[in-house]
Amino acid sequence: MCGIAGLQLKNPGLYPRLGELVVPMLDVLASRGPDSTGVAVYRHDVPPGEQKYSLCAPTPGYDWAGYVSALEAAAGVVPVEFRPQGRDGVIVTSIGPERGPELLAGIDPSVRLFGYGTAIEVYKDVGPAAEVCARYGVEGMGGYQAIGHTRMATESAVTTEHSHPFAVSPDLALVHNGSFSNYASVRRRLAANGVRFDTDNDSEVAARYIAREMAAGADLTDALRGVMKVFDGFFTLLVAAEQSLAIVRDSFACKPMVVAETADYVAVASEYVALADLPGVDKADVFEPMPEEIYTWQA
Amino acid sequence: MAGVTAVELSCAELPVREVNAALRGLPDGSVVRIAEPRGRHNLAVGLTGRLDITIAGNAGYYVAGLCDGPDVTVEGFVGWSVGENLMSGTVRVHGNASECAGASARGGLIVIDGDASSRAGISLKGGAIAIAGDTGHMSGFMAQAGIILIGGDAADSLGDSLYEAVIYVGGKIRSLGADARVEELGTDDVRRVRELVLAAGFGHVSAEDVTKVASAKNLYNFDALKDQKY
Repeated sequence: MCGIAGLQLKNPGLYPRLGELVVPMLDVLASRGPDSTGVAVYRHDVPPGEQKYSLCAPTPGYDWAGYVSALEAAAGVVPVEFRPQGRDGVIVTSIGPERGPELLAGIDPSVRLFGYGTAIEVYKDVGPAAEVCARYGVEGMGGYQAIGHTRMATESAVTTEHSHPFAVSPDLALVHNGSFSNYASVRRRLAANGVRFDTDNDSEVAARYIAREMAAGADLTDALRGVMKVFDGFFTLLVAAEQSLAIVRDSFACKPMVVAETADYVAVASEYVALADLPGVDKADVFEPMPEEIYTWQA
Repeated sequence: MAGVTAVELSCAELPVREVNAALRGLPDGSVVRIAEPRGRHNLAVGLTGRLDITIAGNAGYYVAGLCDGPDVTVEGFVGWSVGENLMSGTVRVHGNASECAGASARGGLIVIDGDASSRAGISLKGGAIAIAGDTGHMSGFMAQAGIILIGGDAADSLGDSLYEAVIYVGGKIRSLGADARVEELGTDDVRRVRELVLAAGFGHVSAEDVTKVASAKNLYNFDALKDQKY
């Protein structure tokens, strides 16, 4: 069991309240997954041409100033801004996504890159939702879209790196409720084609698969159609891209999902109880998405 | 109304366990409103009194499950397994229902005014489920007795491995499950559907125009010689 939740705001008036709306959703879903919690928050708060890199410190009290200086030196004279969030933080820089991840890994391989892009920020760690969200101040974050996950681990270890979301290409994030049964085979095939993995987690394989399909020109819907063909097992997936939110469930659909849509937002969660605090949700159109159908919403 | 107790319970104030304990303590004939259900699971379960219960909003899993007597109305959406193992009484859902609506129910009437999701009426053992809209895949799976009426369309594998339950569909059937077949509508069928349509208040379903799905009964007996290769 795991909990997944997502919120895409249509009403810009709600943007400043994104974190405040999402944290209670994840808190309720902690009953489905108390091991770890993660959230990908989408907000346009950097100038055009700049990227955000969400970095996780190897130890508390990590020397971020030293890291930033080393990055500036390695990249040439690039002004780099560091925004601390709890133990971790976000680097804002003009270093593009084509060379950013490699450059960052070269500075200090023990610093982990949890997500990057023009809008996305990823915060994840071991611990129940209320605790992890408080650690990163998620409640105070604005934005137009977020997806989150509360984990009850089945396929791999309970660590910060194994937590969801998996955000492995620009502005793309995936959370998964379920377990893939053939992920080792898919992983071997991807690895043989040069795809590298950060963890041995089954959901990361799906994230890498989608990223690879999209890099080859597929749109999110096509990539998710591919997931249904290639992956076996149980899954309800929630995937966010810079401009869209999508869900897909396997043919058995035994991992739950509820959608509530109003004029102000579309909200999805494993159980309706996680949506009960959203403004106006009692007037929302509420339904369970069908198996093997891809639902997408444009931000 | 004389002798009727009007009670209001709120999920904003009481945990589900206390709401259900309060419902169990009420005398027959009580009229109860459960305010702010907030998607809570297990509301109004295991009740045997003749109560008239209204849940004022969206509810979670197992609403009115295991009940034997009350009339429960949900003014919104319900999660998985509404009316699971219902024995008698009625459950009415004004919104959509998630998976396994009426799973293993043995009696009573469950009415869904919206759509039901996958596996509606799975292992039904009696009573009736009436769904105004569409149902998801594997609806009526292994249903043993009772009636399922689907006002809209049915998704894949309708009535897979049916026993004696009968399914009536007002709209289209995407595909039938193993051992399910379409049968001719008889006068008894029309009468049963008409009664159910009336009880459910479905103005859009015409009893003469539904498609009847029942078991082909090929799976009833194990055939030892089937697929014999030598």
